[in-house]
Amino acid sequence: MDMTFAEKILASYSNEKNVIPNQIVTVHPDHLLTHDNTAAIIQKIKPELEEYGVYDKSIPIIVLDHVIPAASEKTANNHKIIREFVRKHKIKNFFDVGNGVCHQIVVEKGLALPGKLLLGSDSHTCSYGAIGAFSSGIDRTEAASLMLTGETWLKVPNSIKMNLNGKLSPYVSAKDVILHIIGDISASGANYCSVEFHGDVNNFSIDDRFTIANMGVEMGAKNAVFLFDNTTKKYLDSIGISSSVYNPIYPDKNSSYIQQLDYDLSDIAPMIACPHNVDNVKPVSEMVDLEIHQCLIGTCTNGRFSDLKIAAEILKGKKISRNVRLLILPASKRIYQDALKYGVIDTLVESGGIILPPGCGPCLGAHQGVLAPGERCLSTANRNFKGRMGCKDAEIYLASPATVAFSALKGRILDPREVNT
Amino acid sequence: MKVWKYGDNINTDMLFPGKYTYTCSTSEDIKPHLLEDLDPLFSKQAKEGDLILAGKNFGCGSSREQPVIGLKSVGITAVVAESFARIFYRSSINQGLLLIECPDAVKTYSDGDEIKLDLDSGKIVISGKIFTFPKLPKEILAIRDAGGLLAYTRSKLKNSKV
Repeated sequence: MDMTFAEKILASYSNEKNVIPNQIVTVHPDHLLTHDNTAAIIQKIKPELEEYGVYDKSIPIIVLDHVIPAASEKTANNHKIIREFVRKHKIKNFFDVGNGVCHQIVVEKGLALPGKLLLGSDSHTCSYGAIGAFSSGIDRTEAASLMLTGETWLKVPNSIKMNLNGKLSPYVSAKDVILHIIGDISASGANYCSVEFHGDVNNFSIDDRFTIANMGVEMGAKNAVFLFDNTTKKYLDSIGISSSVYNPIYPDKNSSYIQQLDYDLSDIAPMIACPHNVDNVKPVSEMVDLEIHQCLIGTCTNGRFSDLKIAAEILKGKKISRNVRLLILPASKRIYQDALKYGVIDTLVESGGIILPPGCGPCLGAHQGVLAPGERCLSTANRNFKGRMGCKDAEIYLASPATVAFSALKGRILDPREVNT
Repeated sequence: MKVWKYGDNINTDMLFPGKYTYTCSTSEDIKPHLLEDLDPLFSKQAKEGDLILAGKNFGCGSSREQPVIGLKSVGITAVVAESFARIFYRSSINQGLLLIECPDAVKTYSDGDEIKLDLDSGKIVISGKIFTFPKLPKEILAIRDAGGLLAYTRSKLKNSKV
């Protein structure tokens, strides 16, 4: 029987010859990602951890990224509890404050590999589809159970095939592509489904694929995957991962999809998600001139070197509007260092940008860059929900790094195609 | 019994704002902030036995489980929605909060209608009209019947030790 990517990987991890959509299987994931929420997770199972210990010390990946450096005694104590747990249980993959956003770390450290299965207590765990892994988000309670047993159940999803054909126009990027798709199929358009990207995807770098897979959950997807190809291989080679340690999985030729969608990339314009839903997407050209007060370039969606570099190219030798704050959030220490090395940070600071420590920063409203009532933020992050950046009476707009950088210069939303550089 | 009715895409930030995610994790800490930015009356007036009716994609967004823990501890009998986001759906299984996907029932209900749930036979009765919803698979019922995922895991660990 021919199977999709999701069917094939779930069959393999449940030791079944074939699986079909809606079948429930038991799997042992290769890794379990948790972050600052590890403190709450381990509190739930304190006696069981004493009695049984952690199922396998090489499975958990713990990254402190959500509220870093700690913003209060409570968050500082969470970090302390986690560090003590890591020491006591000799957890192999621990990344303390300052290393970066968890999803970037998982990819950069080669912990997400083609054909592997990862679960994480963070909804954007779906990001590792960029590398050809199957990855999906779960809650804290399930993460606690996985720490103890190493196993959980998954329902085999239906699959959607998205064909991305053609070439993007100048100043249109991966972020515009995924915003366009979410606007097209809605925030629940891929609910419970596995999304496979096909077509001319060789034009997309790993950074581009990361941005797209990261936002899979914003259309309800269980996972979103770019199949392993030469681009993936080159990336993994560059971080020192030998092809002998992974086995890519591809869908079979006649696998069945509940939906097939075709997108012509040359038709896609710079897009913007307007308040307060990620699927409230419009072409940037319809929102031009709207006044903004804060700009954010970074997060797990768009905080990679290529994103910061685009922003620096746009801002080089120029000053941002005195009416906006421009917050820059590199997704990891490695990206931060590369950006320093190539002068990107210098350019961004010179133009008026404020560099935040690699982590989740203002994205979830817990600290740093919280908005005031009536303010608007133009951000490269993945969510614009009401109250998301700490204030229910503020507005969040989502766009690409190029759109955000150009708009920062004016303090108003600009269509990057309309700007002469 | 009160029915709290909401629209589509009720996300986790509306159900429980992200700014409290790393400072509130017990049900007592969570309750005052439930639906804070969506419906400030909810945390003050919601009572055991109340129902929530909602549109598409209820619970979309973050993997935070505070919304589920909060609704469960208030004593909400069930959330009936046109559809649910998957992490929220899983989380509700793990916490033992009953979710019912039944678009026809949601579309039919209007304020003041009498609404009854018959869980054993998988039926919702709204002012005399009957709507059915499918039973959960046996693997999932086992988690619910154990009293949630952690209780299920604890008993599994105990049995494997014997």
